Amino acid sequence: MNLRAGAVIAMLSVQLTGCAQWHMPEPWVKPYEREALADPIMKFSSDPLSAKHTEHVRIVREAARGATGVEGGGCGCN
Amino acid sequence: MRLTKLFPAVFLVTTALLTQTAQAAVTLMTAAPDFTLRTLSGPNLRLQEQRGKVVLINFWATWCGPCQQEMPKLNQLYEKYRSAGFVLLGVNVDEDANHASDVATKLGLKFPVLLDSEKSVSHLFDLATMPSTVILDRDGKVRYVHRGYLSGVEAEYDKKILELLK
Amino acid sequence: MAVTKPKTAGTGKRFRLFWKLATLLGGVFGHSQVRATDLPEDEAEAMFHYYNGGGVTAEGPALLVRKKVADNFSLSAGYYVDSVSNASIDVVTTASPYRETRDEYHVGLDYVHRDAHLTLNFSDSTEPDYIAKSTSMDIAQETFGGMTTVNVGFTRGEDQVFKHKNPQFKDFASHWMYRLGVAQILTPHWIVSLNGEAVSDEGFLSSPYRVARVFGAAVPENDPRTRSSRSVDARLVGDLGSHDAVHLELRHFWDNWDIKANNLEVGYSRYFGEDWLADVSTRFYSQTKALFYSDNAASDTLYISRNRLLSTFKDVGLGGKLTYTLKKDPAYTVKLNGEYELTQYKYSDFTDIRTGKLYSFNSNVVQLYVSATF
Repeated sequence: MNLRAGAVIAMLSVQLTGCAQWHMPEPWVKPYEREALADPIMKFSSDPLSAKHTEHVRIVREAARGATGVEGGGCGCN
Repeated sequence: MRLTKLFPAVFLVTTALLTQTAQAAVTLMTAAPDFTLRTLSGPNLRLQEQRGKVVLINFWATWCGPCQQEMPKLNQLYEKYRSAGFVLLGVNVDEDANHASDVATKLGLKFPVLLDSEKSVSHLFDLATMPSTVILDRDGKVRYVHRGYLSGVEAEYDKKILELLK
Repeated sequence: MAVTKPKTAGTGKRFRLFWKLATLLGGVFGHSQVRATDLPEDEAEAMFHYYNGGGVTAEGPALLVRKKVADNFSLSAGYYVDSVSNASIDVVTTASPYRETRDEYHVGLDYVHRDAHLTLNFSDSTEPDYIAKSTSMDIAQETFGGMTTVNVGFTRGEDQVFKHKNPQFKDFASHWMYRLGVAQILTPHWIVSLNGEAVSDEGFLSSPYRVARVFGAAVPENDPRTRSSRSVDARLVGDLGSHDAVHLELRHFWDNWDIKANNLEVGYSRYFGEDWLADVSTRFYSQTKALFYSDNAASDTLYISRNRLLSTFKDVGLGGKLTYTLKKDPAYTVKLNGEYELTQYKYSDFTDIRTGKLYSFNSNVVQLYVSATF
């Protein structure tokens, strides 16, 4: 386990220094093509207070919990 | 808790991200790609015709928050240097030109607004962020590129424009 | 006699899987360009929320304010009040209806550095017999030209449990929540996200008032003092091209109390002109009971509960929302919002002892709020 962990860490460090030749595709959605994604209707969660209340109503009545909040998409500006 | 081992790894990975080096989108000291776009006021505008003037090209959109924050500063820069041979071109990438027009009016933009709804010029300049600012010298060569907008960066634009106007 | 392997059996596998994931992510990150992410917008929200169902009414105001304080920092603060009037089936059949108020405050700090966004949150909830405090930290890391966002988060909660008219009763409940998620832009019009969360609880996880039923007689409920759960969630949002969008969510949950739950939510949003936005959504939820849950136990077990939260049931909800843009300016935007959701709960192994039939009820949820961004 220690040897494996060491090998993984070494591999990670090599990749981090950019020496490894990874053939990753180029990002295909450009920053200037994000008009639709920047619209509020494309967000995963609704307004914070609304989402908080909805979550509270559910968690009090349902046994399931978790995995409800997430960030991503949007304008991608700056 | 075994899951706490997750976090050192995450921080390791995050640190890696914070030590990345930028990749240039448009190369400095080479001529900027030429383009012709329709302006909001109607007639077309060609970049090459601006030779002899210092040009600041700002790529913006109505759906981009930092772009809107930057606008009043760009307006001020335009007013300050236009008589000294400086032109500011605001290239808008909205799908809907009417929307761009509405916002341009609300912001009181005095400089030419060009419409790039096809995104052809944005693609040509290979923009890495919204907004993006490129400053060209009187010979049409790219001398300065800035990605994004943070308050205060207009002072850097000012300095560069002044330098290139001489 | 068989020797059972302790619960640590799966952790080596999980650990190795995690390191494989970290390596892959390291490779992805090694080729991303530097960008800077943007702080959340300045905003203020004021809401009136209302819930009514199964004999319970909970309503009150809620407020939220968020403001940038420097180029990289944003502060937020919120206040939430629940005035509860409880005459639920549990309360009327075993006690008497009551009213009480719950106050909740939270403060948050957001910090951005290049492509990373760090959020710290502290919240404090107080009601006459329950105090809950929690601290959370979330990191969102943009990568791959801003197309991929990795989210990691942790919450630690510490509760104090009391009992009305019984000053001798005092207990605690601790919670740990770990979450990991990835959001991926697929096209200029579609985005998907996958999330997982592990929750662990320890302490008094029952209710000091609730009773269970064994051989028809009422006994105090007794839940285990630990609970461990996992949930995985997938979401998809897509722009359909006519100023509208569709939302899909699927979640699967399981825990070591033997509860398994699934929910599916589908929503559709559409703009009407410049000023109006309408949303409709529907949600299906179903769960199976906890191992020690019983409507009327036929045997005496260590753990016993008749908490309908842990029973086998389904709920179906239908919701609608209208948003009106009062003012839209580059400087600020003000919107008026109204949301309503009707949900039907149907229990498969919880009876209404007043009627002898399986219990079911409908709930109405209303949210009316003003939101402003500036």
